[in-house]
Amino acid sequence: MSNELSPRQSDEVAPLRKAESEVAPVTDKGAASLFNQLKGFWVTFRTMFKKVNTVEYPEVKEPTAPRFHGRHQLNRHPDGLEKCIGCELCAWACPADAIYVEGESNTEAARYSPGERYGKVYQINYLRCIFCGLCIEACPTRALTMTNEYELADNDRGKLIFEKEDLLAPLRAGMLPPPHPMYPDADHHTYYRGEVPGASPLQENVAETNR
Amino acid sequence: MNEFPMTTTELIGTDPGWLIAVKALLVFAICVLLTLFAIWAERRVVARMQMRLGPNRVGKFGLLQSLADGVKLAFKEDLIPKAADKIVFVIAPLISVSVCFLAFAVIPMSGPVMMFGRETAMQLTDFPVAVLYILAATSIGVYGIVLAGWSSGSTYPLLGGLRSSAQVISYEVAMGLSLVAVFIYSGSMSTSEIVASQDRFWYAVVLFPSFIIYVISMVGETNRAPFDLAEAEGELVGGFHTEYSSLKFALFFLAEYVNILAVSALATTLFLGGYRALPGLGFTESWLGGWFTMVWFFAKVLLFFFLFIWLRGTLPRLRYDQFMKFGWKVLIPASIAWIMIVATLRVLSAEGAPQIVIGGFTAAMVLLVLAGTSIYERSKARAEAKAHEVPDMPEPTFPLPVMPSGRTSAAGILSTESGEGSERDE
Repeated sequence: MSNELSPRQSDEVAPLRKAESEVAPVTDKGAASLFNQLKGFWVTFRTMFKKVNTVEYPEVKEPTAPRFHGRHQLNRHPDGLEKCIGCELCAWACPADAIYVEGESNTEAARYSPGERYGKVYQINYLRCIFCGLCIEACPTRALTMTNEYELADNDRGKLIFEKEDLLAPLRAGMLPPPHPMYPDADHHTYYRGEVPGASPLQENVAETNR
Repeated sequence: MNEFPMTTTELIGTDPGWLIAVKALLVFAICVLLTLFAIWAERRVVARMQMRLGPNRVGKFGLLQSLADGVKLAFKEDLIPKAADKIVFVIAPLISVSVCFLAFAVIPMSGPVMMFGRETAMQLTDFPVAVLYILAATSIGVYGIVLAGWSSGSTYPLLGGLRSSAQVISYEVAMGLSLVAVFIYSGSMSTSEIVASQDRFWYAVVLFPSFIIYVISMVGETNRAPFDLAEAEGELVGGFHTEYSSLKFALFFLAEYVNILAVSALATTLFLGGYRALPGLGFTESWLGGWFTMVWFFAKVLLFFFLFIWLRGTLPRLRYDQFMKFGWKVLIPASIAWIMIVATLRVLSAEGAPQIVIGGFTAAMVLLVLAGTSIYERSKARAEAKAHEVPDMPEPTFPLPVMPSGRTSAAGILSTESGEGSERDE
């Protein structure tokens, strides 16, 4: 092991020196021949009739790469409960300090996520976000992912701080807007294993009466 | 030759004052509109050469882009640097822009036409030394550039201005010389007469070397790529107009493009038969009461403008020394040699020398050029071969610090190593 740090032997260096001496001296060959110069003109002339590479952006929108880092999304369980548990790991992972989370305990009257806690306040400041995706890697429940949406310009700085309702995934078929109780006989383990199929009629009734 | 009863000079000589005013206004409007179009066209065509689209947002096909740029420039803050010479700084763009329009005054843009019930030609004025007047007018334009560079009170503009003056002055010599052959052949310096004398052959064909030299030097004259050393963006920020903003910058921009159009118009007039139709299409000259000749004129001017764009899209910028070398050591000697050949031929035919003498002289000249080229090529090849030879050099010796024992040379150290051994032996 000790020979790992030993200085390079002279026979290792020698071939390098030899290569140096073989380099031909730099000479100015002058202008290219007339024919070669005319070829250059032909290249530019021909290019005029080629298809252009321009994508006319506002009218034509090419899809991004599938794993493009765009706007974030807070996902839901199949019955509509939020996956976010308000743990703030995303906020701690963020190198740009763009995420602000305030957790809150779920109650039986108002349940937003399976388990103990949910994210009450969830803000991402897109003036600071560098779209590195470390927050997505940090998220223990897959609540935070990124979409391919990249049109994040505005004329007001305030509008670029996205609130929870801006980031939450839309309600799909079979989803109930929280707060509502968990799926019958399910606990947060069942939810995380993905065994909850969708909102049950029982949950719907409770949600109705709560409203 | 004389299908028109009067020469253009006589025709426009009888213009009343109001008609001259109208024509002056028309020429000015044409220059400005053509500039707007030219800037748009250049950006679109260069973009195509780079597989882009170019400006296509403002107006149909982006045609109003230059207008929008002009409006934007007008609304920008007009900065004058603290170190600038204020008066000269303001005057410089005015010189540039006012002078560049002058050349168009003597360019014949159409044949005889009817204008407000009077027969005239689309040419503001004409005089026996019109081409010299154009040369004089365009060379005043360099004052604008030099003064702008000097008065900015900043390094890069000064360098740009200096380069520009050297460039324009050196290429003007070649340009002037290339025109001499045209004067010899047409026997006149009046633009309209030069056009009239090209009714059989264009001078671009008859005087092909002159044409080539003119085209090269007109690119040098207008500070355009690949000779855009005066505003070399990569080296001098923006060259002479680095410190300019707002309308003053717009004026320089306008001047640059009007200059390009002016030299193109001059090239059209002197070498491509001006407003005359292409050979074999002479019947079109009477269309629209003679106004159709303007279409021919502008088609030819735009052809030259396309050449400018093409050059810009193809060639990298020359190094300054290469550029000067090319101007003084290639273009000017070639021009002079060509003029002497043309003059000799002209004198021979004027003196009524027999065909065989003229033919013999031409053949001798061709042979001379071929021989010269082959000698040059051979010496170039030999020089190249020589440059590639690895010279037989002695082992390099370096000065060495004095050793404790008083030995200085590397050879000494080596020898004493063996010497030490021998000492030990003793």
